[in-house]
Amino acid sequence: MKYIALFIIALLFWLLLTFNLSISNIVVGIVAAVATCILFGKHFAVTSFSKLLQPQRYFWFVVYLIIFIWECLKANFEVAYRVLHPAMPIKPGIVKIKIDLKTDIAKTTLANSITMTPGTITVDIIDEYIYVHWIYISTDNPEEYSQKVSGRFEKYIKKIFE
Amino acid sequence: MEIIGFILICLGILFNFFGCIGLIRLPDVYNRLQSSTKCVTLGTCSILLGVLFYTGIEGAGIRALIAIPLLFFGATVAAHALVKGAYIFGVKLGDKSVKDDYKDAEKS
Amino acid sequence: MIDFLNILLYVQIALCTFCLYRIVRGPSIADRIVGIDIFGILVVGICAILTITTKRSFILDIGIAWIILSFIGTLTLAKYLSGKKLNE
Repeated sequence: MKYIALFIIALLFWLLLTFNLSISNIVVGIVAAVATCILFGKHFAVTSFSKLLQPQRYFWFVVYLIIFIWECLKANFEVAYRVLHPAMPIKPGIVKIKIDLKTDIAKTTLANSITMTPGTITVDIIDEYIYVHWIYISTDNPEEYSQKVSGRFEKYIKKIFE
Repeated sequence: MEIIGFILICLGILFNFFGCIGLIRLPDVYNRLQSSTKCVTLGTCSILLGVLFYTGIEGAGIRALIAIPLLFFGATVAAHALVKGAYIFGVKLGDKSVKDDYKDAEKS
Repeated sequence: MIDFLNILLYVQIALCTFCLYRIVRGPSIADRIVGIDIFGILVVGICAILTITTKRSFILDIGIAWIILSFIGTLTLAKYLSGKKLNE
């Protein structure tokens, strides 16, 4: 099952990359995809395939993508303001935030989202705490800043991956 | 269509410029990573999207579309690895820092 | 419009000198590695603009290969920085 999924993904990737539907091209793609499956199939990360076939997860993924891009743009202008301001109003530090996601892939997605939003960068995940370097710590209250950093993504990620 | 692509490319180069200014001005390693990695990644994604709009759905446009997720995940994981490596290496947080919760967690 | 894209190409190349400044002057090793990482991403932008101005789409293939190589290089340098062996 794992090998068949990897084979389909690799073949689609090859066809998109070359963008050419002649017979010889497809044969080369099949050979390359089989070689990829044999070499790297055991490292393929997806473990449960029933989740992969539920359509509402894809719907929430699209919603999450739109919200993520909007937050990304907004925060990017904020960082640009801090960089260009002559006095540089920054107050950096590392804060500790509790998350309640269970599976590994959900934690990874949350960490990647936090890293990709300008202003925050994930340093480490230990059990259920996540350590975030933040360029401007606005409040001292843990609940308030955990809402600000991870709360806006967490409920969508829970709907997509759990 | 070409106009939209052109505007996206200009916007991307503006973001790249902000990121590089941050790389020069900010005081310590962590803050430099903050501004530069993400502003520059978003700017380059914007340039690639501009190439997609400029050329339309052809070979070059599809390649630009493939390059966007690769660049996104690559830059994110690289930034995460760099921050953790710099902390373990012993680079101190800058003078302006107000808080460090990771110090206790790393020892235990 | 192609002329203006050429000017933008020179702007992008000028941004690379900022990274070179950080690589040469950086007070610690970590600063230099950050400079190398950013340099790799800027080169992908140069490849993307060259694709339009020269109308040759194979240059973007070089860009994709460059993304993967730069990613692996930065990951290796970060492993070296945290004092681990490469197979951990």
